Amino acid sequence: MAKELIRLTNLTMEFDGEKILDNINLYINDHEFLTLLGPSGCGKTTTLRIIGGFLTPTSGDVLFDGQRINAVPAYQRKINTVFQRYALFPHLDVYDNIAFGLRIAKLPELEIDQRVEDMLDIVSLRGFENRKVTQLSGGQQQRVAIARALVNRPKVLLLDEPLGALDLRLRKDMQNELKRIQQAMGITFIYVTHDQEEALSMSDTIVVMDKGQIQQIGRPEDIYNEPKNAFVADFIGESNILDGVMIEDYCVEFFGRKFQCVDKGFSPKEPVDVVIRPEDIDFVEADQGHLCGTVTSITFKGMQYDIIVDFKGFKWLIQTTDYQPVGKRVGIRLNPEDIHVMKKSAYSGLFGDYSSYSAEYDEIAEDTADEE
Amino acid sequence: MKKFSRVFTVLVFLFLYIPMIVLAVASFNTGTDMAAFKGFTLSRYAELFRDRSLLALLGNSVIISILASLIATVLGTMAAVGLHNARGRLKSAVMTLTNIPMTNPDIVTGVSLALLFAFTGSVLKIKSILGFWTLLIAHITFNLPYVILSVLPKLTQMDPDLEDAALDLGCTPSQAFFKVILHDIMPGVISGFMMAFTMSLDDFVISYFVTGSSFITLPVEIYNYTKKPIHPKIYALFTLMFLTILVLMVVMNLLQGKDAERKLRKRGVRA
Repeated sequence: MAKELIRLTNLTMEFDGEKILDNINLYINDHEFLTLLGPSGCGKTTTLRIIGGFLTPTSGDVLFDGQRINAVPAYQRKINTVFQRYALFPHLDVYDNIAFGLRIAKLPELEIDQRVEDMLDIVSLRGFENRKVTQLSGGQQQRVAIARALVNRPKVLLLDEPLGALDLRLRKDMQNELKRIQQAMGITFIYVTHDQEEALSMSDTIVVMDKGQIQQIGRPEDIYNEPKNAFVADFIGESNILDGVMIEDYCVEFFGRKFQCVDKGFSPKEPVDVVIRPEDIDFVEADQGHLCGTVTSITFKGMQYDIIVDFKGFKWLIQTTDYQPVGKRVGIRLNPEDIHVMKKSAYSGLFGDYSSYSAEYDEIAEDTADEE
Repeated sequence: MKKFSRVFTVLVFLFLYIPMIVLAVASFNTGTDMAAFKGFTLSRYAELFRDRSLLALLGNSVIISILASLIATVLGTMAAVGLHNARGRLKSAVMTLTNIPMTNPDIVTGVSLALLFAFTGSVLKIKSILGFWTLLIAHITFNLPYVILSVLPKLTQMDPDLEDAALDLGCTPSQAFFKVILHDIMPGVISGFMMAFTMSLDDFVISYFVTGSSFITLPVEIYNYTKKPIHPKIYALFTLMFLTILVLMVVMNLLQGKDAERKLRKRGVRA
């Protein structure tokens, strides 16, 4: 069914002795929407630029349709790119920007015209042919950039944080638009973003990266429900991450209490990280709970309350629609499927504690400010 | 305070332009005495345009200026692109070396070029090497830094993704340069050319040392005039030259202004 189109084997990239990519192994299927997701500096853009042919890897191979293309320059690859800041040609109007690649390929003007017109329809820019690109809004420039790349009918489209410069509303619209275009044209999309929500809602496959290494590859549901380590659990959504010990298959101990769970395949008594998603936790009366704690803060978020509960000095984030006043003793119940057990990793102990809750939110606010 | 600064500005402008005004007035004066304006005449200009030998010298100057600045623009743009792609220490070292000829006193550049040509001449056994070609080479040499300095900032300001985008869409590196990069840096290339042209046109010191009797430019010839009383038709010539340079400078400024405006608008769209 799905045919493999691109394969990266043992890809390593160094700049001035600093390792940017560390042994990346990845394959990408035809017609797939694959997202490279990670914080800035994780190597996702470098990976994309290697696939595009703008960078040559220090070692390792890039295979396209089974052929090694390390030495093939960008202009000979059947790959096109949508750049982060669009990189439209300011001296050309919308039409000439879109027609640029076809003119370089020396196609007959009649066919160029046909294909540019079709593309203008697809990105809903009909009537904008003679506009200067500098006079367009961010969203319109974005669509010109997509049209300019897609009109060449590439096998693969690379997108480098293409929605980063748009406001929230427009970003949501463009997410749907991009997904629609990808399905309509049946092209492989390789998409780079640091926005986990964007990745979850658009992708067939997500590759989570950090520090030049792939942390996890999987479908969005798998990445969210079965994160491989504390980094992935923390980066994708919110997570409470606790130290635990795997007693035996389907039984894990934390906070001095044994819980039934759905995970197996660990050695007996193996120390593990336990992930509990804030939205999976149910409140009960204090005396009926598996665990008992005190509410230390509550924040109204619109759809839910973010409640911080102190369990023996370790603070959990719990998201619920039930209001709980600060200072109240509450109990919680955990179902076996709410508990996810992960092997210990280099990231253990770094994430998943909400003791510095407000600071964490400040950080998020800073991140959003950076994007604009 | 505001009033004072306005008055001061006017004074500075007067100070800068009074010599030119005096010259222009003198070129329309019927009398030969600078001190008294006897009547208005265009006869100086008529005389000027009848003087074949003087016009021929002006022609020489223009030919040298255009050729030297054209060649310097091509070479300088190439050098700027090379410098732009160079990395770190190499880049700053080459930049310093490029700037030295510009800050170097003209007379030093002139004498050293003359020595180089004399040396080359004796090696190649050419008796009078000084002339058109040596003058052209000298002018290209001192024009180059001006072109590089005006093109390089344009390359730095350019979105580095533009070149990648061109390659991505199938351009070979040279196609990417001519179809995309050159358009983007054009204002810098043009102002570099104009600067080189004006520097070339009025250069006396360097030209004086590197040219022989076979090919003389206007400034060199005029220097010879200063030993005897200057004929008023020279005033007319200078007035015309001043106006030409003035027009060039205004055009150059307008081009730069337009460019800045474009940048501003681009930023406005993004914000």
